[in-house]
Amino acid sequence: MSVSRRRFLKSAAAAATGLFAPAVIAQAAPRVVIIGGGFAGTSCARALRKADQRLAVTLVEPNATFTACPLSNAVIAGLRELTAQQFTYERVVADGITLLRANATAIDAQARSVTLSDGTRLVYDRLVLAPGIDIRWDALPGYGESAAERMPHAWKAGEQTLLLRRQLEAMADGGLVVIAAPANPFRCPTGPYERASLIAHYLKTRKPRSKLIVLDAKDGFSKQRLFENAWAELYPGLLEWVPLSGGGKVISVDASTNTLVTDFGRHQAAVANVIPPQKAGSVGDIAGVADRSGWCPIDPATFESKLRAGIHVIGDAAIAGAMPKSAFAANSQAKACAEVVAELVNGRMPSAPKLINTCYSLVAPDYGISVAGVYRPAGGQLAEVPGAGGVSPLDAPRATRVLEAQYAEAWFRTITGEAFG
Amino acid sequence: MMRVLIAVLAFASASTYAAPPAGAAACSGCHAASATVASPVPRLVGREAADIVKAMDEFRAGKRPATVMDRIAKGFTDDETRAIAAWYAGQR
Ligand SMILES: Cc1cc2nc3c(=O)[nH]c(=O)nc-3n(C[C@H](O)[C@H](O)[C@H](O)COP(=O)(O)OP(=O)(O)OC[C@H]3O[C@@H](n4cnc5c(N)ncnc54)[C@H](O)[C@@H]3O)c2cc1C
Repeated sequence: MSVSRRRFLKSAAAAATGLFAPAVIAQAAPRVVIIGGGFAGTSCARALRKADQRLAVTLVEPNATFTACPLSNAVIAGLRELTAQQFTYERVVADGITLLRANATAIDAQARSVTLSDGTRLVYDRLVLAPGIDIRWDALPGYGESAAERMPHAWKAGEQTLLLRRQLEAMADGGLVVIAAPANPFRCPTGPYERASLIAHYLKTRKPRSKLIVLDAKDGFSKQRLFENAWAELYPGLLEWVPLSGGGKVISVDASTNTLVTDFGRHQAAVANVIPPQKAGSVGDIAGVADRSGWCPIDPATFESKLRAGIHVIGDAAIAGAMPKSAFAANSQAKACAEVVAELVNGRMPSAPKLINTCYSLVAPDYGISVAGVYRPAGGQLAEVPGAGGVSPLDAPRATRVLEAQYAEAWFRTITGEAFG
Repeated sequence: MMRVLIAVLAFASASTYAAPPAGAAACSGCHAASATVASPVPRLVGREAADIVKAMDEFRAGKRPATVMDRIAKGFTDDETRAIAAWYAGQR
């Protein structure tokens, strides 16, 4: 606690003993509860405390350690350790945020209350949901939680990331690696292709007789030409991308034989990475803010749920129009949402936000590419500002790719510093 | 006790919160607000407003070497840029 804050608390406590006490209780500090201590939730909690020191900010998160997904593809490829992805909440707590280690299990939007897995009940003036994603275990026949122990998704970083890495390490040279990529929308639209690139890099340098196939439920993806050009240059003959129209959509899997099934055939893999369909973290359902798509519709100017008043949704769980589900977007939304909530609890009208996204992908350790966009509410959505944004130039010199790879890592230090540092 | 303390905090300090201009917070996804982050990307906090405006103008016009800022700068009007620059100049 800072000295000025300690002094402040002291004088505040002294004031509480006076005649003013009853009036004081009536003017309790606005309470903001945030569910989920990932990129969105943690950044939002800290931004709220920075915006208005009066706010009583409570962050609910079950895990003592957060494991970040960005750059986790480099962990899979043996270029980085998982510990470099892990962060704790000491500095968050030091900002004056109340951290509760629990799951939110029930939400009553009418009573404005949240119930936690340990039985605690919290009352809020504003609730922010930032639960990230859940896997849709019912969406891909054969792919349930036990199948994921054999065919990892590695789409929530942690044990799954290490499992996929160990499988690649254990595979004999000449093996077939298959990645199944889902239809839109899903977390990190460029993630499957960065992963394919870095696994190809691993195979090229360690197991050059192996092959990698990406089976895709789509006919196109973000930064596609940049990826394809780089693949042709760096991994010719090693990496094959099969689009939807080429029979790429995986319709079922059989974990007992490590087989992925499409309408056109069966692929038996030495290592299979199944990136399955996803939805908003299940607390979105519990709160009644997820729609039939599984994601949470929001007002683009305030991030407030279109289905329940007083509840804001940010990060991967939200339907954020043209913004991708990225940690950069989650952070950008978190800070804008904090400004909105700080205005609302102070009885003022928030102004419309302006947001940025920049997503880096590593095609090789020293080869980075990016996509950027600027967003603002328009036509009931978060829409891209025309004329801005776009991808790295197709004809950029190699030095630019090297620079963008360095910026990718610098961005990771910055964004994790914003959330946890 | 905690509840009383929180209540008193509200009493003792009327909110002085003034929201930053639209877009200012978004810059900090790359331009770290904290001085402790090691990054080749320059900090904006405490920088001369005129320097920020000039850089943004040059990025927009393609007159300054860039990897992403040429693409991002085009998403901000002159007024927005000036407001953001003035706000960062006043931050510590
Ligand atoms: C392989 C991979 C690579 C990626 N690379 C990039 C990249 O380079 N750049 C980029 O910008 N993004 C990247 N992403 C995307 C990024 O990881 C996500 O967009 C980001 O994590 C979203 O933040 P979030 O806060 O919405 O969710 P999360 O970061 O997942 O945080 C959600 C938190 O909520 C908690 N939670 C969930 N339910 C509850 C509950 N009921 N009660 C309490 N807590 C709960 C969870 O425990 C979790 O800590 C990548 C993702 C993957 C999978």
